[in-house]
Amino acid sequence: MSETSAVSRDIIDINNVSKAYAGNSVLNNINLQINSGECIVLIGHNGAGKTTLMKLMLGLTRPTSGQINVLGNNPAFSAKTAQHQSLGYLPESVAFHEAMTGRELMHFYSRLKGSPRTECDRLLDLVGLAKAANRRIGTYSKGMRQRLGLAQAMLGNPRLLFLDEPTTGLDPQLRQQFYELIEQLHQQGTTSIISSHALNEVEARADRFIIMKTGSMIASGSLHELYQQAALPVQFSLQTADNRAAEIADRLASLSGVSSLEINQVQANKIKLSCNTQHKMQLLRQLTTADTDIIDINIMPPQLDEIYRYFMQDRPQ
Amino acid sequence: MKMLWIIAHKELRDGIRNRWIAAAIMLLGTLALALSLLGSAPTGSIRASSLDIMVINLANLSVYLIPLIALMLSYDSLVAEFERGTMLLLLTYPIARWQVVMGKFVGHALILFMAIFLGYGGAVLILLASGQADIAGWQAYLSMMLSSLLLGCVFIALGYLLSILVKERATAAGSAIALWLIFVVLYDLLLFGLLLLDDQQIISQQVLSMLMLASPTDSYRLINLSLFEEVRHASGISALVSDNAGLSASLLSGVMVLWLLVPLAAVLLIFQRREL
Repeated sequence: MSETSAVSRDIIDINNVSKAYAGNSVLNNINLQINSGECIVLIGHNGAGKTTLMKLMLGLTRPTSGQINVLGNNPAFSAKTAQHQSLGYLPESVAFHEAMTGRELMHFYSRLKGSPRTECDRLLDLVGLAKAANRRIGTYSKGMRQRLGLAQAMLGNPRLLFLDEPTTGLDPQLRQQFYELIEQLHQQGTTSIISSHALNEVEARADRFIIMKTGSMIASGSLHELYQQAALPVQFSLQTADNRAAEIADRLASLSGVSSLEINQVQANKIKLSCNTQHKMQLLRQLTTADTDIIDINIMPPQLDEIYRYFMQDRPQ
Repeated sequence: MKMLWIIAHKELRDGIRNRWIAAAIMLLGTLALALSLLGSAPTGSIRASSLDIMVINLANLSVYLIPLIALMLSYDSLVAEFERGTMLLLLTYPIARWQVVMGKFVGHALILFMAIFLGYGGAVLILLASGQADIAGWQAYLSMMLSSLLLGCVFIALGYLLSILVKERATAAGSAIALWLIFVVLYDLLLFGLLLLDDQQIISQQVLSMLMLASPTDSYRLINLSLFEEVRHASGISALVSDNAGLSASLLSGVMVLWLLVPLAAVLLIFQRREL
């Protein structure tokens, strides 16, 4: 994509943005650049400012200070028609006009977006609502409404998708389908910004995670980067020959060079230990060469929810 | 313009779907027919009254009914969408905020147009077709229908204004009733009381005219009761308004248009600044 201009490479540019509602600060000094085609996941407690950040990018509300640029425009003041054609949004706890049928609603939104009518049935089919298309939305279950919300967000092949807790109310199979869908869009070059509480679901999907806490971005990066920033210990689980565990554990404890080594648990033929990330390879080499009575080694890197917990607890504001 | 029509079209379809339009046409139509038959009773004839009498009767009825219908259409039009969250989603579509408001206005005005012209107009056509009325005085009748539509539009705009000012739908319903009471009942009562107290006739004809002009409902009444010679005589209002203070038709309808435009402009301004 060498021909893309500088403007379109940074599809979203947020500079020193703060937002306060009636004097209550909701966002403090947010700086965030999002590249075209990225999949960004916002994580944080309820009230951390994820939804407000999305609303700012959508132009639904204005920053108290700082600048926002979305697709080369200020979202709050630009001529909406051009820019909002390339946006898709699924609000948190989405609501619709209950009296309309699913198809009528999709037709209404597709007319507003200027996308072809045929797309409505295709999208309804894609989210598994083809059979319910002629039923009133008032009769839909929560999961069906959520899927309808997804369908409308995908109208007109948006370049930029904002999904606020998209998988709430979806069953495991639909969640799976949903992430496959996002993956497909991702491959077509769609940029998506997803807020989520389901950390284990999004772990493998995002290019970048943004961790938010009481209105501030406290960490940002890929899973690997966050994992290094957090410097959480790597867990090892060793399988040893029968009844040799205690003996091996003693020997490991006296190994020099791995200062961060901690023996957490010793059983008859099992040892659990941990060390810092930077000592991982060193320890691994010693484990594999030093002792033939170690039968098996399992290495468990920290999970996103551990990283998240780390950032939530330990970082001073 | 296309965006505006998409919204208007949706409001129209909503009105058809929930039988709103049908109910309003039935209501206005049957009342017009009933009044035309009852209205002739005092004259002792069994024939339906002339169109002039119908104009008086319907104007006196519409001044209560049309604002009520218009407010029922409009009072929750904005606040319900904010409350439900549908406005949030709508505004992420390529549509400007003024287009949302004006689209709704066009849709609601069309609903009122259908109710008035099919209801009142249909009633008079039935009377004409059955030979119960004659065509004389149709100008006054048409003017009554047009001014009723204008009155309705005024109250749609006022309904939007309270719909964007309040936080909850229930508050909007309460304020709509209060608004209706003030404009349709209380203001006139107050004016009447003032005249009764004023035994030294401090309030001149001019001041009285100004006070009546200040209310869109009184302007509506004056348009219908004083505009056409025949109606004026039949309504007995000539003593009050004939040749006074230059309350011309254009002035009266100008006041009503002002009552339409000012609240509508306020709604657009408030909405433009609203953060979601």
